[in-house]
Amino acid sequence: MSRPEIRHDVRLTDTTLRDGSHAQAHQFTEEQVRDTVRALDRAGVEVIEVTHGDGLGGSSFNYGFSHTDELTLIAAAREEAKQAKIAVLLVPGIGTVEDLRRARDAGADVVRVATHCTEADVSPQHFGVARELGMETVGFLMMAHRTPPEDLAKQARIMVDAGCQCPYVTDSAGALLMHEARARFEALLAEVGDEAWVGYHGHQNLSMGVANSVIAAELGVKEIDGSLCALGAGSGNSPTEVLAAVFDRMGIETGVDVTALLDAAEDVVRPYLHRWPKMDRNAITQGWAGVYSSFLLHAEHAGERYKVPVPDILRRCGELGLVGGQEDMIIDIALELAREREQG
Amino acid sequence: MSAPAKVPAAIVGPGNIGTDLLAKLARSARVEVTAMVGVVESDGLERARAAGVAASAEGVDWLLRQDPLPRIVFEATSAKAHLANAPRYSDAGIRAIDLTPAHLGPMVCPAVNMPDHLDAPNINMITCGGQATIPIVAAVSRVAPVAYAEIVASTASRSAGPGTRANIDEFTQTTARAVEEVGGAERGKAIIILNPVEPPMIMRDTVFCSLPEDADHDAVAASIHDMVTRVQQYVPGYTLRAEPQFDPPTEKWGGRGRVAVFLEVKGNGDYLPEYAGNLDIMTAAAAEVGELVAADLGDAAKRSSTIDAEVPA
Repeated sequence: MSRPEIRHDVRLTDTTLRDGSHAQAHQFTEEQVRDTVRALDRAGVEVIEVTHGDGLGGSSFNYGFSHTDELTLIAAAREEAKQAKIAVLLVPGIGTVEDLRRARDAGADVVRVATHCTEADVSPQHFGVARELGMETVGFLMMAHRTPPEDLAKQARIMVDAGCQCPYVTDSAGALLMHEARARFEALLAEVGDEAWVGYHGHQNLSMGVANSVIAAELGVKEIDGSLCALGAGSGNSPTEVLAAVFDRMGIETGVDVTALLDAAEDVVRPYLHRWPKMDRNAITQGWAGVYSSFLLHAEHAGERYKVPVPDILRRCGELGLVGGQEDMIIDIALELAREREQG
Repeated sequence: MSAPAKVPAAIVGPGNIGTDLLAKLARSARVEVTAMVGVVESDGLERARAAGVAASAEGVDWLLRQDPLPRIVFEATSAKAHLANAPRYSDAGIRAIDLTPAHLGPMVCPAVNMPDHLDAPNINMITCGGQATIPIVAAVSRVAPVAYAEIVASTASRSAGPGTRANIDEFTQTTARAVEEVGGAERGKAIIILNPVEPPMIMRDTVFCSLPEDADHDAVAASIHDMVTRVQQYVPGYTLRAEPQFDPPTEKWGGRGRVAVFLEVKGNGDYLPEYAGNLDIMTAAAAEVGELVAADLGDAAKRSSTIDAEVPA
C-alpha cells in the first residue's frame, strides 16, 4: 500500500470544524463552515476536517446533538474547497462504515479512524472499507499518553497493516510533555516510517501543542494538526496560524500563506466563537490529570447542575481512567460527588 | 409429586462463554446440560468432562448422533458457525438459543419479550449491551412514548474478544435495532466504548430516553425500578448507580425532555471474572431463556399427553 504524496516538509490538517465542534457545543452552521473552508482553502491548507466533534454519528444525547447535520456540512465544505481535501473523523463504536459511505457520498476525501491508544484492533473493518472507497486514511491513536511509546508503535502497526496511511500520536488530553511526545514520535517513525507517514494532534491544556509540533517536524513527522484560534476541546488545539508562523520562521515548508491564515483566524473564526479556548483552571486540570479534552463542557454542565466543583469531576475522570467517549460517566461522577458531599 | 425430569441440553462452543453458561446451568432446576461440543480439543472440553458432562471435539456431527438428542442447544460459537448449524438443529427438532450475532431468530431479552417467542425454534440473544440496556428502554416505553433512545455500553477491554473487535459495527447496529424492535423506542442508537484501565472496570451502561413534556416522571421511575428487580432475578449484579435523572424539555432536544439511567453490571464470577458483566449478562440471559424454553417444552409435553388421553383409542 502506498502513502499519499506530501508536497511540503509538513502537511497541516486544520480541524477547526471538527475538534472545534466540541468548543462550539456542535452548533456549527453551514455558513460558518463555508466561510471557514473558503478561508483555509485560500490560505493553502491542504486538509480540512469537518465532522461532529465525536466523529461521524456523534450527534447524540451523550455528546450533544448537531445544529446542522454533519453530512450537510461535509457537502458544503466539499463545494467550497478548491484545492483542499475534506477529512472526516470516525470513531468505531460510535460511527459505522455506513456513516463512512454516506460521508464519502457527501464528498469526504480522507477518513481519520480514531481508537483509544490500546484498542487499534477495532479499526481494520473501517480502514478496509475506506480503502475500498478510494479514500485516504489516517489513524488516530487517542489518549496517547496512556500507553508507553513501544506499545503505541505496536498499535500503529496494527492500523498500518489494516490500510492506514498515517497513524497519529493523538494527545487528546493535552498531557504529553515534550520528552514524552518525542519518545512516541520516534517509536512510531521507527515502526512504520518506511511505509506510512506519522502525524501529531495536540491540545494546549499544558501549553505543549505548538512545542510538541516543533519536535514532531524536526523528527520527520509529516502531518500536523491545528485549529484556527485554537478552536478545539479543552483549551483547544495547537493554533494553525501559530504553527504556520513558527514553521515559517524555522524554514519548514507547509505551503500555507501565514498572513492569509492570520486573517482567517481573526476575521472569520473569531467573530463566531462561543468561547475562545483558554488555559483556565478546568482545562489545565485536564492536561494535568490526563483527561480527554472533550469532557470539558460536559463537566462544566454537570458541575453546574449538581453543584459540585468541575476540577473535582475532572480529577475523578482521571483517577477512574475514563477514555474518549465515556461522557455519560461525567454525570455519574457528579452524582457520586454530590452524594459524598451530602454524607460529609 | 416427584420433580419433573430436566430437559436435556447441549452447549456448542466450549470457550469462555460456553464454560460460564455451563456453570450457570448447573444450578438450573429445569435444564440439564448433557453435552459440550467443540471442533478441537480444548480446556473448555476438559472442564466439561471434569464436571461430568459428555464432551466431544467432533462438532455437531457427533452431537446429532447422540441418543437421546438434546431438546435445546445453546450456540456459543460464531455467527458463521451458527448459520451452518442452525438448519441441522431445526431439522432435528432441537430449539436453538443463539448467543452469536447470527440473528436468524427473533431477538429476545428475557425480561421484556420472552412470552412472545416461547415456542420459536431459534432465539437470538442480541448483544451484551442490548441485554443490559433494552430492559430499561422497555420499562420507559411501557409508560411513556419514547421517540428516541440511546444507550452507551462501556466494557473492560479484556472482556471484548476478537470477534467483537473485528466487527464492532455489528454491535452498534444490532443493538440500535433491538432498542427499537424490543425496547419499543421509535428510533434507537447504540454506542460501545472499550476501556483498558487496570484493574479492569466493571461493565457500565447508560440509557437515555427522550420523554414528552407531560411524561409522568414518578411512573417512569417506578417502572424502571420494577424492571431492575426483574432483571436481578437472573443477573444479581445488575444495579442502578443512582436514581433515574430527569431533565426538562429543551430546544436542543427538539422540545423533549430526557431520562438518564446509570447501570452497573457486575458479573456473578461463575467462570468469567466479575468485571466482565457484559459476558455474564449474556450467559445469564441465555440461561434464563433456557429455563423458560424448558418450562414451555414441559408444558407442551403435558398438553400433548392430555390430548392423547382424550383421543379415543
